Amino acid sequence: MIPTIKQSRFARVTYNAYIALFFVYLALPLVVVSVFAFNDSLFPSLPWEGFTWDWFFGDERPKTGVFNERGIMRSIRTSVFVALCVSVLSVTVGTCNAFLFNRYKFRFSGVLYVLMLLPLVIPGIVLGISILVFSSTVANGVEDSIGWDIEALRPGLLLVILGQFSFITTIVTLVIAARLKRFDTTLEEAALNLGATRLTAIRTITMPYLGPALIGAAVVAFLMSFENFNTTLMLVGSDAPLTIAMFDRLKEGSTPVLNAVSLLLMIGSSLLALVMIAFQKKE
Amino acid sequence: MRAETRLGFILLLTPLLLWLVLLIIIPHIDMFLISIRERVAVRTYETGFANYLTFFTEPLYLVTFMRTALMSVLATVMTLIIAFPVSYYIAKIAKGRLQSALFLLCLVPFWVSELVRTFGWMILLRETGIFSSLLQFIGIVDGPVEMLYNDTAMMVGLIYTSMLFMVVPLVTTLESLDDSVIEAGYDLGGNAITVTREIVIPHATPGIVSGCIVVFMLSLGNYLTPTMLGGKESLWFTELIYSQFIVRFNWELGAAFGFLLLGLSSFIVWIALRLTGQTLEKTMG
Repeated sequence: MIPTIKQSRFARVTYNAYIALFFVYLALPLVVVSVFAFNDSLFPSLPWEGFTWDWFFGDERPKTGVFNERGIMRSIRTSVFVALCVSVLSVTVGTCNAFLFNRYKFRFSGVLYVLMLLPLVIPGIVLGISILVFSSTVANGVEDSIGWDIEALRPGLLLVILGQFSFITTIVTLVIAARLKRFDTTLEEAALNLGATRLTAIRTITMPYLGPALIGAAVVAFLMSFENFNTTLMLVGSDAPLTIAMFDRLKEGSTPVLNAVSLLLMIGSSLLALVMIAFQKKE
Repeated sequence: MRAETRLGFILLLTPLLLWLVLLIIIPHIDMFLISIRERVAVRTYETGFANYLTFFTEPLYLVTFMRTALMSVLATVMTLIIAFPVSYYIAKIAKGRLQSALFLLCLVPFWVSELVRTFGWMILLRETGIFSSLLQFIGIVDGPVEMLYNDTAMMVGLIYTSMLFMVVPLVTTLESLDDSVIEAGYDLGGNAITVTREIVIPHATPGIVSGCIVVFMLSLGNYLTPTMLGGKESLWFTELIYSQFIVRFNWELGAAFGFLLLGLSSFIVWIALRLTGQTLEKTMG
């Protein structure tokens, strides 16, 4: 069971084989998706027809590569825009939340903390429809009373951003709060003793300390937003983010273009993850 | 509080309250209000529980609801069974470089979108897919085999999708288990089975609970995997919600369904916390 305790050879071999099998199971779908991005065939399946870059750079039908597919490229831009908005918003609010729960003891703080955790246990699709229902109640109310049709409150990018923000903020808050908890407050007090104002102390001492956590939280928020499907599905309007655009494509039938996009996504998120790890290691 | 700290407190509290009230609390109250209204004519509504009544009298809805719940429980249990030995290996047996490498490998699939993972399984399992071609090549079967669009395929996908959320909390709790405690168990005459039952599992309970809660929630609320990998019979409750909202424009019934799904997931989370004596703050925060 642990290295210091002898196990029978059979048990050890079986255990190791199981672990190996598990990692094959984890890797298989991703490897398959990546490999078939280079197959010179109109359908992502065997037989292998030879290696090609067409699904990335091809510019003639039926083999239009990703970089020449207007729809896909537009949806990637939409996704990046949404993800940037969500990261900025959620890191801002998450930092405020972390400071609030860390620095102030107030009545109902326990209740508020549990409320803050709730978005984690609400299914994404329910979160989506509740925001959809509420925003159209507001939009209809405004239209009935003063006759304005507020386009922003109908399904579209604003709602997608708000919907993703509503649960990503919880995760971001937890990441930042975990680091703030380990902060030595005497450092801030020293700054105050040396004549700094409260804000200067926070700006010059606490925020640099929080830096890695802020960047980590922003990357997590960006990735979660980029990947989100359930909440986005209920709130999306005419500008579809990438996951929704790919889903619509996939329903029509799969083409190796989707493999190519997937491979790019994998590369993109691994790079972001590496950036995050590099920043975490620095301290 | 001094005036300055009071101002700071209010400035920090405002974003939190705006977020929770405007995006979480009021929308859910509004969804509940919509779910208890009945359309009697165009733009005229009455309050009543007709939508919930429809749910309980229409067998398709009720059966789908129960099926989704049971399949999610099954997916959770299977994820736990598959993930536990792996987490134990990472936490207790692998050392140094290998340990962090294996842990990182577990995280990798989840940095890519769920859509990509599902797509991968489709390429593997479908009639013209890798497994089918492989079986034909070896000569076990004569013609193509369709392995997609059934409950098993859906289960494989669900387990795959939520694996990370089980492995991470398990590894974290198992790492904090001292080796000497396990050795003591063996010294006192235990074997692999009794030590696991009496020492390892009780120690890992907080991790097991939080992993199970998250995996259950993710399975219950999943839309993509049942839609893409499941067959005609594997209808998922989220698909019903989607079709009421987007296809049929029956928001009243859809809102009722949404509320039922929320009720079910809260209920199961509550039961799980109650049975194991944990709190939401401890397992999630």
